[in-house]
Amino acid sequence: MGAGEKAQEAVHWDIEIKPTGPWWRVDFKEIWRYRDLTRLLVRRNLTTQYKQSVLGPLWLFLHPLLVTVTYTVMFGLVARISPKDMPPLLFYLSGIVPWTCFAGVLNRTATSLSGNAALFTKVYFPRLVMPLSTTFSSLFTFAMQVVLMLLIIGFYHFTGRYHWAPSMDILAFPLVILLITLLGLGGGIMVAALTAKYRDFSFVVTFGTQLLMFASPVIVPLEMAERQPVLYTILRANPMTPLIQSTRAMLFGQPVPWGDLVYSAGCTAVMLVLGLMVFQRIERSFTDVV
Amino acid sequence: MKTVQRHLPVLEATSISKRYQLGVTGARTLGDEIKRTWGRLTGAPDPLATVDLARPRTDGKEFWALRDISFTLNEGEVLGIIGRNGAGKSTLLKLFSRITTPTSGRIRLRGTMSSLLEIGTGFNPELTGLENIYLNAAILGMKKAEIDRKLSDIISFSGIEHHIDTPVKRYSSGMKVRLGFSVAAHLDPDIMVIDEVLAVGDAEFQRKCLGKMKDVSDGGRTVIFVSHNMTAIRALCSRVIWLHAGRVHMDGPTEEVVRAYLMSHSRPEANRRWEQDKAPGTAELRLVGVGVEQADPTQPLTTVDGFHFVIDLVNLGVDDGDLNVSLYVHNNEDILAFSTSWREGSMGNERLERGLRRFRCHVPPDLLNIGEYRVTVNVFRRGTLSFNLEDSISFEVNEPKREGNWYGRRKGVFIPRLQWALT
Repeated sequence: MGAGEKAQEAVHWDIEIKPTGPWWRVDFKEIWRYRDLTRLLVRRNLTTQYKQSVLGPLWLFLHPLLVTVTYTVMFGLVARISPKDMPPLLFYLSGIVPWTCFAGVLNRTATSLSGNAALFTKVYFPRLVMPLSTTFSSLFTFAMQVVLMLLIIGFYHFTGRYHWAPSMDILAFPLVILLITLLGLGGGIMVAALTAKYRDFSFVVTFGTQLLMFASPVIVPLEMAERQPVLYTILRANPMTPLIQSTRAMLFGQPVPWGDLVYSAGCTAVMLVLGLMVFQRIERSFTDVV
Repeated sequence: MKTVQRHLPVLEATSISKRYQLGVTGARTLGDEIKRTWGRLTGAPDPLATVDLARPRTDGKEFWALRDISFTLNEGEVLGIIGRNGAGKSTLLKLFSRITTPTSGRIRLRGTMSSLLEIGTGFNPELTGLENIYLNAAILGMKKAEIDRKLSDIISFSGIEHHIDTPVKRYSSGMKVRLGFSVAAHLDPDIMVIDEVLAVGDAEFQRKCLGKMKDVSDGGRTVIFVSHNMTAIRALCSRVIWLHAGRVHMDGPTEEVVRAYLMSHSRPEANRRWEQDKAPGTAELRLVGVGVEQADPTQPLTTVDGFHFVIDLVNLGVDDGDLNVSLYVHNNEDILAFSTSWREGSMGNERLERGLRRFRCHVPPDLLNIGEYRVTVNVFRRGTLSFNLEDSISFEVNEPKREGNWYGRRKGVFIPRLQWALT
């Protein structure tokens, strides 16, 4: 702050510390002021994640690959429930990568309050910086995995195992990424605020996201579930379903379920607003109860 | 311009209060929370929500850590905040640092503020010293450009240039403190809030820390400094607020407030007397007085003063005289500093005649460390406890006034002067 600016602000107060404000007063300006901290935290998350491991960042690729191979063998080759018109490996990979992003954002933002309690009792910065930084680091991981996915699709295409013909819809893929991330973030900060009080939620969420995956088309193709009315209803209600479907549709040139995407967007908005509400209420009083 | 601004208020606290709920954290149920959340969603007023979302509606035990605190701080003032344990100092510090919010009232600040409640906040052991400088500085509110600019100063001030690319987990604790302090020393806020970080670290570190604080305050910055250390408060602060039971008890020039503070405590509770018929005890034995006796009662008791415990006991009906008196001395962390008894001290087999008897127990200088102590008196009849009076009196041992730059205090309950030799 320059001296001239200061003189002008003779009657202006820069910081006001008051009883917790209403939920809608999320101070986005302040969060923006702390963008350097957010960036440094993202870097910290990424650099410390694979410290003291021999393969290091290779795990970024190995993890989804190993899961994909497992699912391909179990569900594609043994149970034969993947769709017939594409290689099972591509089907599972294209489900696991967006799902891992969602689950990653959700699980990591969910612990962002309780996991940093010691820090929060010593210094102030907008608490939302923590979930935001974990979200950005998950997003980076996701980007790397999308590149991996494209390389594998390319490999299948050029070796003639699969004819890759994406449509122009692939340009809307960033929108799907955004929705997946925001949905995870919204749910995550809500759980983060709740776990600050009740540790039960942290167990519910890790276990819950796993269950939720079975209620999404990551493993079972949506068409296949149609014969099971209960499963189908749950699948359709899961806001992640249209996002997984759209990822596949956009990547492999199938018709994109735009209407369903609107449903996902609605759920995301509701989740995010609810999450912000709860988070805002708890972030300042949080240090009184830890 | 600086001279004009000196008189502008930079901090204004308007009747701030902070309420804590005692021991209710476990009593909440998830159902309550859901009801409350539902209430909030449907717009039902929730008066407790302004205090804390999770507080129950039940009027359980509550505790006002701060009550109606108001003051204004002008630019360049160095404010000391003193008070006994539990007076609300750390709560006030937390409010200024924005770690928690007030229950009511408001604090307004002009300019930027940094608070230093800990050295090396947020250090990550896996990251290198350099990476941690960036992270720690950003957590304390510095912008990246600012860190870039000050980086070489920070590194050279820390004195660990050679290890700056080593992960912090390989640092000694001294190196970590040096690095953390170096970052903190380069913060450049308009208002700085500092906890008693001086209580940790070695003498050299404390000296460095206080020297830096002196620079900061001489540079026209506003500082709020919370401490138990009257020497440090006297050396640094221009004004002192004395908190007592969550309220501002006194607010004024340093010397005035510090003297009043030091004089206040030991006196009232350090000596107690009872009328014989109202005195604690049994039908045969009455404890009519317990006290601390100093050579110079006009001065606060310090670590370099010896003193006496004086116990007045009236024997109304014990004829065989088989009595004993013992004392337990606890410090304010509830640690039993020592126990002592008349018989083991006098080594005698003396019988206690009827009437008023005065026991005197001498406590030598350089024994008890700085702090508050509570004395429990036990009276024994034929080797078994006849009665006791817990926390009969309390007294405080203060730091002696001294010259020089050493503001630290020794650790431990006792601070004996011991013989050292180098052979």
